Amino acid sequence: MKVKMLSRNPDNYVRETKLDLQRVPRNYDPTLHPFEVSREYVRALNATKLERVFAKPFLASLDGHRDGVNCLAKHPKSLATVLSGACDGEVRIWNLTKRKCIRTIQAHEGFVRGICTRFCGTSFFTVGDDKTVKQWKMDAPGYGEEEEPLHTILGKTVYTGIDHHWKDPAFATCGQQVDIWDEQRTNPICSMTWGFDSINSVKFNPIETFLLGSCASDRNIVLYDMRQATPLKKVILDMRTNTICWNPMEAFIFTAANEDYNLYTFDMRALDTPVMVHMDHVSAVLDVDYCPTGKEFVSASFDKSIRIFPVDRSRSREVYHTKRMQHVICVRWTADSKYIMCGSDEMNIRLWKANASEKLGVLASRERAAQDYNQKLKEKFQHHPNIKRIARHRHLPKSIYSQIQEQRIMREARRRKELNRRKHSKPGSVPVVSERKKHVVAVVK
Amino acid sequence: MQAAEMNAVRAAESLLALSQQEELVDLPNHSLSASEDEGDSDGERKHQKLLESIGSLDGKKRWKLAERSEACLKVSEFNVCSEGSGEKLLLSDLLEPAKTSSSLAAVKKQLNRVKSKKAVELPLNKEEVERIHREVAFNKTSQTLSKWDPIVLKNRQAEQLVFPLEKEQPNFVPIEHVLSSWKARTPLEQEVFNLLYKNKQPVTDPLLTPLEKASLKAMSLEEVSVSSPRHAMLLPAFALKPRNHCKCHSLQAKMRRAELQRARALQSYYEARARREKKIKSKKYHKIVKKGKAKKALKEFEQLQKVNPAAALEELEKIEKARMMERMSLKHQNSGKWAKSKAIMAKYDLEARQAMQEQLAKNKELTQKLQVVSESEGENGAEEEELLVPDAVNEVQMCADGPNPWMLRNCNSDAKGEVQKDPEQPPEPVVQEVSESEDERPGAEEEILLHEFEERRSLRKRSELSQNAEPVGSQETKDSSCQEVLSELKLLTQKLNQKNHQSRKQKVSSVRTVLQVQKEECALEEEEPVLLQRPERVQTLEDLEDLGHEEYSQNKELPRPVMEEEKAEKTSNNQTDAPKEKKKKEQMIDLQNLLTTKSPSVKLLAVPTAVEELEDEEEKHQKQIIKEAFAGDDVIRDFLKEKKEAVKANKPKDVDLTLPGWGEWGGIGLKPSAKKRRRFLIKAPEGPPRKDKNLPNVIISEKRNIHAAAHQVRVLPYPFTHHQQFERTVQTPIGSTWNTQRAFQKLTTPKVVTKPGHIIKPIKAEDVGYCSSSRSDLSVTQSNPKRPSGHHKKQLKKISRD
Repeated sequence: MKVKMLSRNPDNYVRETKLDLQRVPRNYDPTLHPFEVSREYVRALNATKLERVFAKPFLASLDGHRDGVNCLAKHPKSLATVLSGACDGEVRIWNLTKRKCIRTIQAHEGFVRGICTRFCGTSFFTVGDDKTVKQWKMDAPGYGEEEEPLHTILGKTVYTGIDHHWKDPAFATCGQQVDIWDEQRTNPICSMTWGFDSINSVKFNPIETFLLGSCASDRNIVLYDMRQATPLKKVILDMRTNTICWNPMEAFIFTAANEDYNLYTFDMRALDTPVMVHMDHVSAVLDVDYCPTGKEFVSASFDKSIRIFPVDRSRSREVYHTKRMQHVICVRWTADSKYIMCGSDEMNIRLWKANASEKLGVLASRERAAQDYNQKLKEKFQHHPNIKRIARHRHLPKSIYSQIQEQRIMREARRRKELNRRKHSKPGSVPVVSERKKHVVAVVK
Repeated sequence: MQAAEMNAVRAAESLLALSQQEELVDLPNHSLSASEDEGDSDGERKHQKLLESIGSLDGKKRWKLAERSEACLKVSEFNVCSEGSGEKLLLSDLLEPAKTSSSLAAVKKQLNRVKSKKAVELPLNKEEVERIHREVAFNKTSQTLSKWDPIVLKNRQAEQLVFPLEKEQPNFVPIEHVLSSWKARTPLEQEVFNLLYKNKQPVTDPLLTPLEKASLKAMSLEEVSVSSPRHAMLLPAFALKPRNHCKCHSLQAKMRRAELQRARALQSYYEARARREKKIKSKKYHKIVKKGKAKKALKEFEQLQKVNPAAALEELEKIEKARMMERMSLKHQNSGKWAKSKAIMAKYDLEARQAMQEQLAKNKELTQKLQVVSESEGENGAEEEELLVPDAVNEVQMCADGPNPWMLRNCNSDAKGEVQKDPEQPPEPVVQEVSESEDERPGAEEEILLHEFEERRSLRKRSELSQNAEPVGSQETKDSSCQEVLSELKLLTQKLNQKNHQSRKQKVSSVRTVLQVQKEECALEEEEPVLLQRPERVQTLEDLEDLGHEEYSQNKELPRPVMEEEKAEKTSNNQTDAPKEKKKKEQMIDLQNLLTTKSPSVKLLAVPTAVEELEDEEEKHQKQIIKEAFAGDDVIRDFLKEKKEAVKANKPKDVDLTLPGWGEWGGIGLKPSAKKRRRFLIKAPEGPPRKDKNLPNVIISEKRNIHAAAHQVRVLPYPFTHHQQFERTVQTPIGSTWNTQRAFQKLTTPKVVTKPGHIIKPIKAEDVGYCSSSRSDLSVTQSNPKRPSGHHKKQLKKISRD
C-alpha cells in the first residue's frame, strides 16, 4: 500500500528572520481565481468610495494680514517659507510647518502689487502703488536693526507686477511698459512697449529664460524676447487676461487666466488657436499657477473657489471652497507639488492638499503598493457609470451651483440660436467655429 | 505685398495717363499729318510705351517720370530725361562732357566703381521696420523653442516620470565655511570654544593638532631608540632614516596615521563580517562554508606536502586523529533523533532517504583512511558529483508527477524537443551559458508561466462560450474541439516523456541544465507571437499601451489560427506530421467560414443586376463558377437555422429532477419510467413573447440584462477606437491575486512619482543633454543695442522686396 504524506521543504516557508514577511505560496492558475473582472470592479468601486470619504483637502489657514492678500510668492530654496503681500502694503513671511508668521514688513503705501523672490532665495522684491520697487533681505534684521529695504527704486509710473529672472540678476516690472532691470542699476536696461494700455502682469519663462509674457488691459497677451529687446507677437482675446503662467516642463506652453471665466493654454509658436480651453469657473479667473511637474495647474477665481485642471483636459478635476473663503486673488502650487496655497479677499492664506485624499507623511511600502493599485483600478474602471458618478461627485456652495445651471442654460440658448441661424441662412454663410477658435480675436505680428 | 499692390496701382494709373496723353498728342498729329515715316516712328514709340507700361504692371519696376514731349528751353536738373523712353539715365551720359579733361580721371574712376553698385532703396517707415523685426525675432525664438519638441513629447508619453528630474547631489560645505560665519554667543558655547582654543585645535587642517604633533615627535624619538621589529615593520621609514625626521616628520605621521586607519578599518570589517556570518542560520549556507573550508584545507595540505613534508606529516597525524575521533563518536551514524525520524520517513519520502544516504556517505568519507591524497581527492570529487546527481533527478521527478499539472506540462512540452536533440550536442558549452544567463532565468520562467495562464484562461472562456451554444459560437466550438484534440495530444506526449525520463534517469542531470537554457530560448521565441496573437490578457504596460494605439485589425479570426499553428508546432516536435496537417485543414475551414459569412450576400446582389444579353455565355460561365463555389450554402436557410438556434438557446429550460435507480432498478440500458420522468420534470415558465416573433428577417437578442446595464459602459471611451480594445483592457486583471509580484508591480507603476520634501525645479537644458548658452541673458541684452544686426538687415530687405 502506498501512503501519500504531506511533505514540504522548510526553505519554502521558514523565514530567515522574524522580521521577514511570511511567504505565502500562491497558485496563479486562472481557473482557481475566477471572476477577475467583477472582483476588480468591486475593488475599484470601494477605492473610489474611500477616496471620496478621505477627501479632506483643507489643511490650515494662515491669518494675520489686515487686508486682502494681493500676491503670494514661493521661496525657491525652502519649502516651508511663503511670502505674501496685502492690500495695505504689508508683506508677511510665513513658516508653513509651524503655520506662523515669522516676519512682518510694512513695505509700501497702498497695495503691494507684486512680489517675487530672487532665484537664490537670499532676497525678494516688491512693487507697490507708491511707484517704488524695493528689494528686501530674506533674513530678518538682527536685534536692534531697523527693517529697511536693501535697495529702493523710485519710478515715474505705478508698477503693477514684477517677476525675477530665473538665472540672472535681472528682473522685469510692468505698468505702462515692460521694463527689464539690472539689479545693480536704478534705470531699466531696456523697456518694451506695444500699444498704450497698462500691463497687468509679466512672467519670465522658467526654461528658456530670455522669454517673457505679459498681459495688458486691452485684452491682449504679448510675448517678449529679452535678448533681442523686442516684442515677438501679440494675441488679442475676447476679454482681458489677468495673468499668465508658463509650464515649467514644456518651454513653449503657457496658460492664461481670463476674465471670461475660462483659461486658455497656448503653444506660443501657434497663438491663433489655443491648445486647450479650460472652462469650469463661473466668474473671472484671477490667478493661475502650474504644478512643478507640469501636468496640472491650479486657478483662483472671483467665484470664491479654486480649481485644479489637468493640462490636457478642458474640465477641472477638483474644486476647493470653504464657507469663509471669499474672492480668491492669488494662488500658488508649492515646489514639492503636494500643496496649494491661496490668498483671498478676507485676509487669509489657506493651505490645501493638491490631492484631496492623499495620505500625508511617510508611507510603508505595502501601503504605497496598495495606494498604487487602487489608483490603477480607479483609472481602469473610470468610465464605468457608477464609479464615474462617485468619483465626479462634488459638493458646491449654492451660489456656484446655481450660477453653473444658469450658465448652462445661457450656453444652450446661444448654441440653439446659432443653430437656427445656420439653418435659416444660405449654406456656408454661418460657418461652424470651434470653441478653441471662438475666443481668439486676432493675432498681431 | 503692400508695396507690390501699390506698384501695380501706380502702373495702372500711368497707363491711363499715357493713353490720355496719347490722345492729346494724336490729335495734332492727325491735323498736321507729317510724313509717313514720322507717323511710323511715332507708332513705334507708342507701342513701346504701351509695352513698357504693361511690363511695369508686374510690380518689379518703380514709377517712372512721365516723359515730356514738348520742347523746353529750361532744363531742370531734377527733371532729366533720357533720350528714348524706357532708357535709364546712365552715368556715362552725364560724364560725357567731363571726358575731355584729364584732370578728373581719378574722380571718373571712382564714379565707375560706383556705377557697379545699385542705388540705395528708400527706407521703410518705422512701424513697418518694427513689425519686421518682431517677425524675425519670433521666427528665431520659435526655432530655438522647437528643440524642446522631442523632450516634451517623450515626457508626455512616458510611462513613468520621477520628479525631481535631476539627481540631487548633497553638497557638503567644508567646516571652515560654516564656522567662519558662526560665532559663539552663549556662555556654554564660549566655554567649549575656549577649551578648543586651549588645545589649539586647528580648524582648517584637522590632520594633527600642535599638541598631537608634539607628542608624536616625542614618540618617534623613543621609537627610534627602541626600534623593535614590529615598529620597523609598521614604520619602515623610521627604521631606514632615523636621523631625518625633522624633514619628513609630517610625511611619517601621515603614513602612520594611514596605516593605523587601514588596520582599524580592516579589523572592523572582519568583525562585522564574522558577526554577520555568525548570525546566519541557514543550514545550507553553513554546509557550503564547511565544504569550502575542507577543500581549502585539503589544498593547503597538498601544498604543504610539497613544500614542507615534515609539517605535512604532522597535519596528517592530526587528520588521522580526527578520523579516530569520528569513529569513536556516534556522529553521522544514523542513530540521532533526527536520523531516526528520517529513517521512519525514508520509506515514503525520497528526500528523507536521500538525506540518510548522504549522512552515511559522509560517515564513510570521514572514517575512511587517507592513503594517497591526490587519488582520494579525485574520488571525493566524483562522490560529490554522484551526490549531486540524484538531487537533480528528484526534482525532475517531482515535476513529472507533482501536484500541479500545468507546471509539468510546461516542463515537458519544452523538454520533448530537447530530449531528442540533446544526445548529439555536447553539454559543456551550454552549461557555460547557464551560468551567464542565470540572472535572467526567473523572469523568463515567469513569462512562460504567465503565457501558460493566458492560454488556460482563454481556453476556459472559449469552452464556456461553446457551452452556451451561441449563434456565433459555431467557429468557437470547432476551436474548442481542436483544443481538446490538442490537449489529448499533449497528454500522450507527456506519457511518452515520462517514459523517456525514467529510462534516461542517469543522463538527465546533465541534460537538465540544457533544458533550462532551451526553455529560456523558447520563452524568447514565444514573446513575439504573444504580441501577434493578442491574447485576452495583456501582461505588461507596454502591451497595454500598444492595445491603446494599435488599430484593431478587422480579421478577428486570424490570430487564432496562428496560435493554433504555434501550438501544433509545439506538440509536433516529436510527433509525426499528421496532426500538423490536421491543424492546417482546420485553418482552411476557418478561412472558408470567414468567406462564406461575408461574401455571398454581396455577390448575390451583384449578380442579377449585371445580367446582359451580349455576354450571355461568359455570364453563364461566371454564374456556374459562383454556383460551384457557393454550392453548399443557402443564406436564407442558414439564417433561419441560426434564428431557430438563437430562440432555442434563449428559451428557459426545463429542470429534470429524476434520479435514475431511485425506487426501481437502475443500470446501463435502463431508463427511468415515463411516469416518473413526467412527475419530476419541472417545466420552465413561459417567458414573455420574443420581440422578433413576427419579424422573420431579424434576430433581436434578448440577452441584455437591465440590472447589469447600470454598471456597464454605454459609450466607447475616448482613447479607444474599438470596443474590443476596451474590453480587453478591462478584462486584464492587474491585482496581485492574478499576477505574480513582479508583474503586479509593473502593472501598477504610477505615472508620476514625486518625493515628499523635494523641490522640483523647472526642466533645464542640461538635464536633457542640451547645452544651454553660456552667456547670460542679461549680458546679451546689455550688449544688444536696439539696432538691427547684419542678419536682420538682410532679412529685412528680403521681406521688403516681397
